[in-house]
Amino acid sequence: MNLNQIMTDLSYFIPELILTGVLLLVILFDLFQKAETSIRSGYLAMGGLALVTLSLLGQDVSISRGIFTNMLAVDGFGNFLKVLVSVGAILVMWISFNSNELKNRRVGEYYVLILTLVLGMYFLVSATHLLSIYISLEMVSIMSYLLSGYLKEEMRSNEASIKYVVFGAFSSGILLYGFSLLYGLTGSADIYEIQAALAAGTASPALMMLILIMVLVGFGYKIAAVPFHFWTPDVYEGAPAPITAFLSVAPKAAGFAIIIRFFNVALSSAGNPNLEAWSTLENMNWQAVIGVLSILSMTVGNVIALQQSNVKRMLAYSSIAHAGYMLLGVVVADQTGIAAVLYYAAVYMLMNLGAFFVAIHVKNAFDTEDIEDYKALGYRAPVLGVIMAIFMFSLTGLPPTGGFVAKFYIFRSLIEYGDMYFWLALIGLINGVISLYYYMRVVKAMYFTKIELQENVHHAPVNITILLSALALPLLFAWMFGDPLSAYAQNAVQFFIK
Amino acid sequence: MENHLLSIVTFLPVFGALVIALIPKEKLDIIRWGTAAITGLQLILAIWILKIFDFSSAEVQLVEHFAWIPDFNIEYFLGIDGLSAPMVLLTALLSFLAVFTSWNIEKAQKGYFALFLLLDAGMMGVFTSLDFFLFYIFWEVMLLPMYFLIGIWGGPQREYAAIKFFLYTLFGSVLLLLGMLALYFISEPHTFNMLILAEQSSQFGKALLLGMNAGKVIFVLLFVGFAIKVPIFPFHTWLPLAHVEAPTAISVILAGVLLKMGTYGFLRISFPVLKDAALWFALPLAILGLINVIYGAMAALAQRDLKKMVAYSSVSHMGFVLLGMAALTPAGMNGAVFQMFNHGTISAMLFMLVGVVYDRAHHRDIDGFGGIAKVVPIYAGVTALAFFAGLGLPGFSGFISEALCFIGAFPVFTWITIFATIGIVLNAGYFLWAYQRVFMGELNSKYEQLEEINNRELFALIPLAIITFFLGVYPTPMLNLMSATLNNLVEVVKSAGMVAGL
Repeated sequence: MNLNQIMTDLSYFIPELILTGVLLLVILFDLFQKAETSIRSGYLAMGGLALVTLSLLGQDVSISRGIFTNMLAVDGFGNFLKVLVSVGAILVMWISFNSNELKNRRVGEYYVLILTLVLGMYFLVSATHLLSIYISLEMVSIMSYLLSGYLKEEMRSNEASIKYVVFGAFSSGILLYGFSLLYGLTGSADIYEIQAALAAGTASPALMMLILIMVLVGFGYKIAAVPFHFWTPDVYEGAPAPITAFLSVAPKAAGFAIIIRFFNVALSSAGNPNLEAWSTLENMNWQAVIGVLSILSMTVGNVIALQQSNVKRMLAYSSIAHAGYMLLGVVVADQTGIAAVLYYAAVYMLMNLGAFFVAIHVKNAFDTEDIEDYKALGYRAPVLGVIMAIFMFSLTGLPPTGGFVAKFYIFRSLIEYGDMYFWLALIGLINGVISLYYYMRVVKAMYFTKIELQENVHHAPVNITILLSALALPLLFAWMFGDPLSAYAQNAVQFFIK
Repeated sequence: MENHLLSIVTFLPVFGALVIALIPKEKLDIIRWGTAAITGLQLILAIWILKIFDFSSAEVQLVEHFAWIPDFNIEYFLGIDGLSAPMVLLTALLSFLAVFTSWNIEKAQKGYFALFLLLDAGMMGVFTSLDFFLFYIFWEVMLLPMYFLIGIWGGPQREYAAIKFFLYTLFGSVLLLLGMLALYFISEPHTFNMLILAEQSSQFGKALLLGMNAGKVIFVLLFVGFAIKVPIFPFHTWLPLAHVEAPTAISVILAGVLLKMGTYGFLRISFPVLKDAALWFALPLAILGLINVIYGAMAALAQRDLKKMVAYSSVSHMGFVLLGMAALTPAGMNGAVFQMFNHGTISAMLFMLVGVVYDRAHHRDIDGFGGIAKVVPIYAGVTALAFFAGLGLPGFSGFISEALCFIGAFPVFTWITIFATIGIVLNAGYFLWAYQRVFMGELNSKYEQLEEINNRELFALIPLAIITFFLGVYPTPMLNLMSATLNNLVEVVKSAGMVAGL
């Protein structure tokens, strides 16, 4: 690898370079801030990240490339997800500025950690080498551990962090073991070479299944799919609420990215996820295994969510169910399926961040996270109530919200195969009906309870209202007018092919 | 002729809801009259649509058609024919009259009327759209306002009723969605356009789904989705509860329009698109119709709550619709759709009348009254008229449509039809028995001061009574409106059966 090559590769690495620069700048800047003014580091981080997002949007991904000797790929798929997690991070920073949990403490490093987490996700969504996959996965995980334990003096937060570490370390150990088997079998750590070797070789199905399961443990834990979900509720409840919101969307989306990239490249018969006719390696039917995981995630997530009385825990379990819906798209794993997953990830980010943000604001304003305490919220805080109802309807997947369209695309990609996935689609849809019950519990509490208390109507601060409307309105209207997001997602299904 | 009448008639209430949302909630009169004005305008437009509608044609008319989401070949496609035109009129009429029934809503009136208008738009959209995707969106969108209208303004058990209604219908909807997607992918080129789907009918009979005849599988999926709405036994358990808990005007809309959407779905989608499967399913459908007729009437007979009795009478009356359309004869089909319209007007009257007495007595226990005809003679008179219309007395529209259903079904399902006529006797039984217990006999001293029905309430009832009476004596205009389309429908479904050798 000569210097010219490195310079060329670096030119496709500019957003990451800018982000690294911003990261270092925020650390330096924070050195000169007192605790009370450390929020300025947050503003700087947010501004910097906005700049990075713009540079991502400007990046030319019409031709997909592998950079740094195919350690990373720069392609439409990765770019879409980088934009997605960046936007998510910006929104989370915005709500963090208003979070009571983070008041009266030094927060500079909080924003630095978020930026680092974002950088880790940039690597994760573009990793094409076992080493880069593992390192970026760890980078994302370690930042997540730190952030979920950020409220150092709170037991819950510490518990969340330690549980997360234990589960995380265990799963990444297993992942690593799976990788080592894969390396031993194929003699390469580059996923394209692995694919070539696997497609040519005749590994025993048992060994392949072992590898598959080990890899799935590692990735499944990142997206919180059942049965690798046990850390989720406690971590989600204990972590600072904005971080919970962030963990439920961004690292999850990045986890899906690596699942799609790894499985569709390394474990496919052709090594080209852009093909319409798609097939797995002959001796490794991972689609069926992921189908089972998907059913488990949807059903377990939904059924346990039914019994939750705490909003954050309810959303935590529902996020497991949503991972299940997205896995349905991974099962299909062709152009339309992957585009549907990307679309779902984007819509899910809007609605789930939205729901969490309302929960955060309610916690700030009324000091409660109990669904029962949302009683008559629709009358006490009309704007907040309507917006929360939109998020709940969208999470259920009811028209005319974006949540419906996202589910529609997923199920559309399933039914396209006729018989094969018809039952999967049926189970998925019935799960949607189950989820209606617990999402509507929130709506019911907000609207159906009698309005005896005629205290002053609560108005959320302007910046919160703007933030929430910016999340809710696209959910309501964006898809009705030609659905630009769908076009963007379909365009983004461009993988780097060696 | 290029115009946007159907779009206007469909989206006018959405516009109205936005306007209502902007009016300060203290200006109660503006809110009420505003809603009345918007639904009134909608009614005028609906009548105007009928005026320019070509009765002799079986084609869809007033078409608005353009690409909406081209990637998936989803179209914005509106149009009406002889099947949807009566439903459009019914929706506009009942929405307008139900506003007056809603006059005394006690809390959060602004939200109520805004949601009411959204509900109106959803219903209208279902009847005007000819693209399955668009149809589905309207079908679902309607659930949200309904959920709130029952859940916030309903009776004591409203929370349970609202979520039960929502869960049942959503369950039906997801099966509908599956069926819709299966149709989309079997059709070539992939489309949601109902007319093109109908043309490709034979495709669905040939294709396989889950190793079975795709047409039949899809028909069953759609059947459950629609059956929950009708509701067909055993999917009916949400209905009495929702009816009893909903405020009067919403019960009127539920019985008058929402139930029709189920049978409308059969006639608009299942029958023309899946012709072979429709013939295959005709007998089960007729049997289910019979069960509805008898079971609904028996259940009504057993009720102590007047509103529940009326709710079960809907189950019974919708059974006639099923029987009529399962027969697939011109008389049966015309009778079925005519019965849909008539049941809309008659059940609306019945629910309004129950609402009138409930507003005054604050209970609906049939045995809790007695002899009140002496105190409220006008109310007793109007109720007598509505009850007679409900039990299908000659001279009222219900008689004509039920008779047509029987005439149409008799040659095809002789025994089923004979048993179904028992339903008529039972219908007469519970209506007359209830009337006797409430209005005749010794006056219950509690109700000596019962207030007579007022002008506003009469204003909502009289147009319905006139229509019921008029169509009972002279049904030709309504039958003319729908016969071209329906006879054509019968013919195409039958001829498909001959090709398939059924």
